[in-house]
Amino acid sequence: MTKWVEQPLSWENVLIYALLSVVFLLLILGYVTYAILFERKVLGWMQWRHGPNRLGPWGIFQTVADVLKLLIKEDTIPHKADRALFILAPALCYAPSFAAIAVIPYTRELYFADLNVAVIYYAALSAISTIAIVLGGWASNNKYSLLGGMRSAAQMISYEVPLILSIVGTVMMTGSMSLRQIADAQGDWFWEWNFLPQIIGFGVFIVAAVSELNRTPFDLPEAESELVAGYHTEYSGFRFAFFMLAEYVYMFAIAGLASVLFLGGWHPPAPFLDFIPGIVWMILKMAFVIFFLFWLRATMPRVRIDQLMGLAWKVLVPLAILNVFVTAVCLELFIKG
Amino acid sequence: MSEERKREEGRPEAPREADRQPAAARQEESGGEKRGEPAAAGRQAPSAAERQSPAAPEQQASPVAQQQEPANTQEVSGTEPAGAGAEHPNQPQPDTMPEHPEASASGKPAAPANAAAGGRTGGGAAAAGEGAGTDAAAGAGADTAAGGTAGSGAADPEREAKIKAAQEARAARLAAKAAAGGGDGAASGGAAGAGAAADPEREAKIKAAQEARAARLAAKAAAEAGGDAAPAEPKPPSPKQPWLDEAVELLKSEVHPEAVEEASINELSDDMPTIVVKAEHWRAVAELLKSHGKLGCNYLRNVTGVDYETHLEVVYFVINLETKREYAIKIRTDREQPSVPSATPVWTGANWPEREIYDLLGVEFPGHPDLRRILMPDDWVGHPLRKDYVPLDPEV
Amino acid sequence: MIRTEELLLNVGPQHPSTHGVLRLVLKLDGEVITEATPVIGYLHRGTEKLAESLNYTQIIPYTDRMDYVSAMTNNYVLCHAVEKMMGIEVPERAQFLRLIVMEMQRIASHLVWWGTYLLDLGAMSPFLYAFKEREKIVSLFNELCGARLTYNYMRVGGVKWDAPPGWIDKVRDFVPYMEKQLEEYEQLVSGNEIFLARVRGIGKYDAETAIAYGLSGANLRCTGVKWDLRKNEPYCIYDRFEFDVPVGTNGDCYDRYMVRFEEMRQSLRILKQAIEQFPSSGETMGKVPRVIRPPAGETYVRIESPRGEIGCHIVSKGKAEPYRLKFRRPSFNNLQILPKLLVGETMTNLIAIMGGIDFVLGEVDC
Repeated sequence: MTKWVEQPLSWENVLIYALLSVVFLLLILGYVTYAILFERKVLGWMQWRHGPNRLGPWGIFQTVADVLKLLIKEDTIPHKADRALFILAPALCYAPSFAAIAVIPYTRELYFADLNVAVIYYAALSAISTIAIVLGGWASNNKYSLLGGMRSAAQMISYEVPLILSIVGTVMMTGSMSLRQIADAQGDWFWEWNFLPQIIGFGVFIVAAVSELNRTPFDLPEAESELVAGYHTEYSGFRFAFFMLAEYVYMFAIAGLASVLFLGGWHPPAPFLDFIPGIVWMILKMAFVIFFLFWLRATMPRVRIDQLMGLAWKVLVPLAILNVFVTAVCLELFIKG
Repeated sequence: MSEERKREEGRPEAPREADRQPAAARQEESGGEKRGEPAAAGRQAPSAAERQSPAAPEQQASPVAQQQEPANTQEVSGTEPAGAGAEHPNQPQPDTMPEHPEASASGKPAAPANAAAGGRTGGGAAAAGEGAGTDAAAGAGADTAAGGTAGSGAADPEREAKIKAAQEARAARLAAKAAAGGGDGAASGGAAGAGAAADPEREAKIKAAQEARAARLAAKAAAEAGGDAAPAEPKPPSPKQPWLDEAVELLKSEVHPEAVEEASINELSDDMPTIVVKAEHWRAVAELLKSHGKLGCNYLRNVTGVDYETHLEVVYFVINLETKREYAIKIRTDREQPSVPSATPVWTGANWPEREIYDLLGVEFPGHPDLRRILMPDDWVGHPLRKDYVPLDPEV
Repeated sequence: MIRTEELLLNVGPQHPSTHGVLRLVLKLDGEVITEATPVIGYLHRGTEKLAESLNYTQIIPYTDRMDYVSAMTNNYVLCHAVEKMMGIEVPERAQFLRLIVMEMQRIASHLVWWGTYLLDLGAMSPFLYAFKEREKIVSLFNELCGARLTYNYMRVGGVKWDAPPGWIDKVRDFVPYMEKQLEEYEQLVSGNEIFLARVRGIGKYDAETAIAYGLSGANLRCTGVKWDLRKNEPYCIYDRFEFDVPVGTNGDCYDRYMVRFEEMRQSLRILKQAIEQFPSSGETMGKVPRVIRPPAGETYVRIESPRGEIGCHIVSKGKAEPYRLKFRRPSFNNLQILPKLLVGETMTNLIAIMGGIDFVLGEVDC
């Protein structure tokens, strides 16, 4: 990929990039399909049941059927809803997520873009989805949706701060905001990966990331048994599918981010295992992070909204700042000196 | 309630049931005959009238609720509209009865006594038998009885006359039949039953009848040697009697001397002290029950509304959780404008139960913070749990 | 200027968290509830009125459907009331069978409560674990009396069906298995920080309030009042067995949770003892007349159901049908405190509080 990216722009390059993007989009859609299936399967196994197993062996066509169902549903828009915003919100939610995964490197050579401000790029794009959620809540003309949208906005904005702060430590250790370089800079043994030196940052990142994704235990805006379905109450059919798609693509993004920033990217856990290609390690690590998210969903109860906010501002932000400070001190005293 | 007490007296006598059967059977026969001749009964009325009168009030009272003596009550109930007619032919005891006519045919001497005893639960016929036995054996007893019960005011002179007539007829027949002096059934006087609740008068009558019977028993036991083991010993007082007495005392002294209408021990319900309180004093009674040191009933368990066709009644069950002292307080109110002061200011837990009673029975609870329908839809017409409830719209 | 209004929200009869068809009309100021009014009666089926035209054996299936999560205790309260009025003695084996099924029912009912409570709080898995255990109990009941939910098992004077051969052994095996599972579930949930933060200090009330409102069951015991009818007014053969009555201290949702969880353990303890002392043979029905006709009078009988004090007040006029049959339903009385507890709480705490009261609408509406 490096050589292509470094070539000057020309029509055939544009065409190739477009084609690669489409291929990647299809891959992502395939990922989403099977992530949903595996979520249901894993949840089922953890709850002593099978999960979907009717459609196709092992239920592998379950999500396909679900997506097909969503596609052919009637497109209802509430009567007094703001049509333009109502239609815009799901698309606005999904587009940044797909754009954000452009910066994740899969191996040293396999990546779509190597921005030297990749971290900030990711943060900025994920914030656009927050706007989309508020839009969706407002445009539905429904009290429950409005409440859900407001809560969601508060939650996501609050957790952006510790998320980014927790990454600052790794950026400082690497000296660059480029994700590819951060991944590259991590050592070959697993104890050299960033999660150990940056353990506080890693902890904060995990919590903030789960909250950013609106997943249990922080799924107040969406899976409310209190207030129906939150911001996507009024959405059905494919518009609803877009919100779900956005959520799973963000999971992919966070998994990629976590693997790259803290788990060593494409490095094997031990140098003698490098006969297994890096892409396999990357996929394994991302799969583990995604599995961890499913695991959390099966196990944890939900956090209350005020406790959630308290957690973000009173616990995670100070911890992340502490992490930055300690990293700076250590770098100054032990590494640079 | 006095009738419960009577019933309790009856229960230890169950073993004597077998003894009672022959008598009952005989009375059945006599009753059978009698059925054919109501006129004759009427004709024979005056003769035994005086002597029968003591028995009458009991009989009047007894058949109302007792059902353990089928045939006897049936015949008497034919003459007493009191409600004995409610008895059905199927009774637990009759299962054993068919054997007994043979036994009775063998003429057990103690039978009449037992008959009376059997009639104890039966009501009129039994009493009649008893009366007959009395006549036959010891007029003295009857006289004492007469003296004892004469005082009880009769509710319905017509009915009483009819009863008397029936009894006299039977008495005459039995007197003719009875070879051995019929010991008067001890407890005979099944008069025990009688519709619980309703009538203080009736209960007073029943109490008097009981006393009379006890007196007769004593007399009889003295008069005849042997006979049955007359279980004349009064039942030992319930361990909760002091609670009842104390509460009644306190209510009478602290609230109003007339606050308490009746007080009794409900044997069927583990000797629950039951107090009937007048509606206008209920609020003060409630406060006293909750706050008085000796009573301290701070836990309201249950509030029930009952529709007796003549009136409505609200029953509060309260208990003191530490001493386990409990009471059932009944408040009676009439059907046209039923109103019982609300106990919600005293026990907050009375809120919804009172709303339920208002909803289903129509009893108003002045003082209730939020009296409106709770189970039925808000625009429902009528009070479904009343006995005379007819739905406004039969399709609903 | 920003103008704020009070929001009137209807947590409608159909709602995933209201344990039945309960409607709560809430006045919200932002996220805070200023007033809550429960509206019930959506499941009112007129059981008490129907009972006035049915004989006692015919009423037993109706009692199943009142508190359908805990049908055995409902059966028992009616049969016990009639037996008390008539002085019928229930044979030993029947008593033991009754006690065993009532305690198993207590465990099953608490499992339903536990699973649904945690589901409301957001944890999905305990719901399935609870129902997995409950499945075992319910299958045992199925073997015993043919039904899984509405058993119609007890009769005046005893029980309808004797335990099939091997049934007692299955119950005996179930007890240690369940003890182990309860340990696991305790570790899974009771120490979970998120869970504790959601239920500690929520929905607090003191003993005086509980007594004033006439609460019963775990709602009363969580405040420290040690009042359990199995111990304080023993019925059936409970006085032969040793068990503790768990009591809370603070009167909040967490204490209610712990009290009920502990009650499951104590039920297992009773079961163990009961199975050891189970008579190997005996009658399952006492001497009951062909037509059940309690003497005239009235009685009020109460037992401890998993939800609290369930009572049966019968006024009889000596006929085969009751003149008035009133059920004192624990959920009905327990639900009265909900409006008071909800004022000043947020919507999320509403769910935690409602689940903690553990009411069943079938019982509330009767």
